[in-house]
Amino acid sequence: MTQFFLIIGVGMCVLVLLCLYRATYGPTILNRAAGISAIGTKTLIILLLMGVIYDRIDMFIDISMVYALLNFLGTVVLAKYLERSGEV
Amino acid sequence: MLFKDVVVILFMLGGLFLFATATFGLLRLPDFYARLHATGKADTLGALWALIGLAVYHGFSLTSAKILFIAVFMFLAQPTATHAISRAAFRCGVQPWTCEDAVLLKDDVVEQGGAK
Repeated sequence: MTQFFLIIGVGMCVLVLLCLYRATYGPTILNRAAGISAIGTKTLIILLLMGVIYDRIDMFIDISMVYALLNFLGTVVLAKYLERSGEV
Repeated sequence: MLFKDVVVILFMLGGLFLFATATFGLLRLPDFYARLHATGKADTLGALWALIGLAVYHGFSLTSAKILFIAVFMFLAQPTATHAISRAAFRCGVQPWTCEDAVLLKDDVVEQGGAK
């Protein structure tokens, strides 16, 4: 079962690298924000998979909870800032 | 192989498939609103399936209760973030991709009933 979780984690890492293209070369800052939000969601799952693989899920789950909160807050704050500044 | 393991494998593979769908949508779709349409929904459901798979793997415990709390939070927070950033794009004046833009790329679109 550990090997299955390892394979899923490697697949998630490949998807994060693909999302990194949009986060790096996205035409505007809004595309970069969408890419970073997608990367944050995948990182949350990767953290939980690392907790399962290392058998320390009780520690990694709190980190992943904080990561979910920070990802949401970062996206909302960036959206509010861009909306107020009025330029893309 | 236990029945629980089969359920976990099915949920995790479904989550990975939905994440792959969201990623290819983010890379390949033509404009910002379409990309947000891909990531806003497929990413949320993929995270939900992967978290439910991990919760089933851990059985009935405090850890799985925390994982389900993260799932409920993601289900509330991810559409809110998507809505906030798409509203910011609309107020900043980002124009949606329409059929006229498609005509510039490929003339076949009009003949196939793409007239607006």
